[in-house]
Amino acid sequence: MFSKLQKIKESILEFFIRGSGILIILFVVLIFLFLLKDSLFFFKSYPLKDFFTQKKWLPISEPPSFGIIPLLLGSIYVTFFAIIICVPLGMGCAMFIAEVAPSFLRNILKSFVEILAAIPSVVLGFIGIVWLGPLVKKIFSIPTGMCGFTGSLLLAFMALPTIISISEDALRSVPYTYKEAAFGLGATKWQTLWRVILPAASSGIIAAIMLGIGRVIGETMVVMMVTGNSPIIPSSILEPLRTLTATIASEMGETVRGGLHYFALFSVGLILFIITFIINFLADLFLHRSKK
Amino acid sequence: MKFDAKTREKLAFFILGMIALIIILPIIGVIAYIIKNGAPGLSWEFLTQPPRNGMKEGGIFPAILGTIYLILGTMVFSLPLGILAAIYLVEYARENWLTRTIKLAIINLSGVPSIVYGLFGFAMFVIFLKFGTSILAGSLTLAIMSLPVIITATKEALEAVPKSFREISLSLGATKWQTIRYCVLPYSLPGILTGTVLALSRAAGETAPILFTVAAFYLPRLPRSMFDQVMALPYHLYVISTQIPNMPLSLSFATALVLIVLVFLMNLVSIILRAYFRKKKLW
Repeated sequence: MFSKLQKIKESILEFFIRGSGILIILFVVLIFLFLLKDSLFFFKSYPLKDFFTQKKWLPISEPPSFGIIPLLLGSIYVTFFAIIICVPLGMGCAMFIAEVAPSFLRNILKSFVEILAAIPSVVLGFIGIVWLGPLVKKIFSIPTGMCGFTGSLLLAFMALPTIISISEDALRSVPYTYKEAAFGLGATKWQTLWRVILPAASSGIIAAIMLGIGRVIGETMVVMMVTGNSPIIPSSILEPLRTLTATIASEMGETVRGGLHYFALFSVGLILFIITFIINFLADLFLHRSKK
Repeated sequence: MKFDAKTREKLAFFILGMIALIIILPIIGVIAYIIKNGAPGLSWEFLTQPPRNGMKEGGIFPAILGTIYLILGTMVFSLPLGILAAIYLVEYARENWLTRTIKLAIINLSGVPSIVYGLFGFAMFVIFLKFGTSILAGSLTLAIMSLPVIITATKEALEAVPKSFREISLSLGATKWQTIRYCVLPYSLPGILTGTVLALSRAAGETAPILFTVAAFYLPRLPRSMFDQVMALPYHLYVISTQIPNMPLSLSFATALVLIVLVFLMNLVSIILRAYFRKKKLW
């Protein structure tokens, strides 16, 4: 039989194992509560309505104006264009890897996608400053290359690994019998891919796109470095703008701890947290549906 | 003009191939561009000396060391917690609301923007727990951010160990923990290590979470305790490429190169580990 000591040891270990599981939930709750707590301080002295309807973000003017609209629009603009660029590319690449490429080519392509995923965002931001920004400036002959479009291009690039790997998984998990049935009816490989496999993998692909959106909205360094950092409502993607993430990153260092501006940035963080929470939750629903 | 099905297939596959090429070329381009411009700036002095003259001369040694400290700190906090949480999910948890909530929490943690981690780390570790801007606060922030990757990798590794291993061990009279310790963990170690190294390489390249929790703008002396600030490679690259006017580009490129090499080396280690253990796989 087991000694008493062994039993005690076992139950202590079990306690720690269970505790770790629960700690994960606690972290999410803590993140939410810390953001909420400081946001409530903000909304005590600044009306919630103004936060969502004011069209100007002027944190240090007198009186200050904390309208989240320009920042939200900045994020939406940049994300929209990045997704428009990277979804067709990512889908095409995923289809090529999953169904067309021979196995040696598949492995090469997959390692390149892994390399891309490994490049730190600050390095891509740096590339944006020294190379892509000036290039965009020249091509569109605009006053500055540090604009939304440059950011969108880099973000599209960064979202590719997420979109490619999840779509590829979705395409590959379509049962082989579907394919056989299509071939049996005389369909070509392309017809099978386009009309049978793609629709069958659609919920996994939707999940891939949503996770890509989540990745783009949450990205900070690249947008802070290349989108020009100007918190005004952009009239076109070729103008400087500023996203929610970049606002927190660039202003937090200069605020007075405990001031209105400081708390305002936590409210921006809370909005970001809620947006990404919803996106990831929905993406997970789609992923589960595709697994069934 | 109407194509027949075979021609259309060829055309479609050609376009898909071109798309793959369009994606690969910039990746090669970016790496080559950084190597080409960064390599001339590399030297022994650059790797081992602190920056001088407003960071426009000298090396980046404090930033390299700072990043290594942060990687180690992140590992110390996230590895045990991540493995234990994964063990709970795979070996102990039943399918109930608590398990579902934990899974949802992991999904959510993996989606939280890095700057929100930075904000949270600042509010919780720097201010609430009074750690100050320090290696401790930064490591904890990065550790929480790395948890989802480590947990997911560990979970997969544990699930890949055949059920029969556990059944045999339990039938021989081993306790649940003895079974996990001697019959499950050893065989899932490669997967755990691979995932951990990958998670740490991500953490090493992150800038946003360390902005307000640990990173120092300029700090040539080396840290003496975990309550000290440090310079870090990604933040240093951000600083010299945006905040310092007339910064010599060669130094920025060299810094970017060092950061990329560090991250790639860690990825390489994880790939080699994976290949090595796969060859030794016993079942």
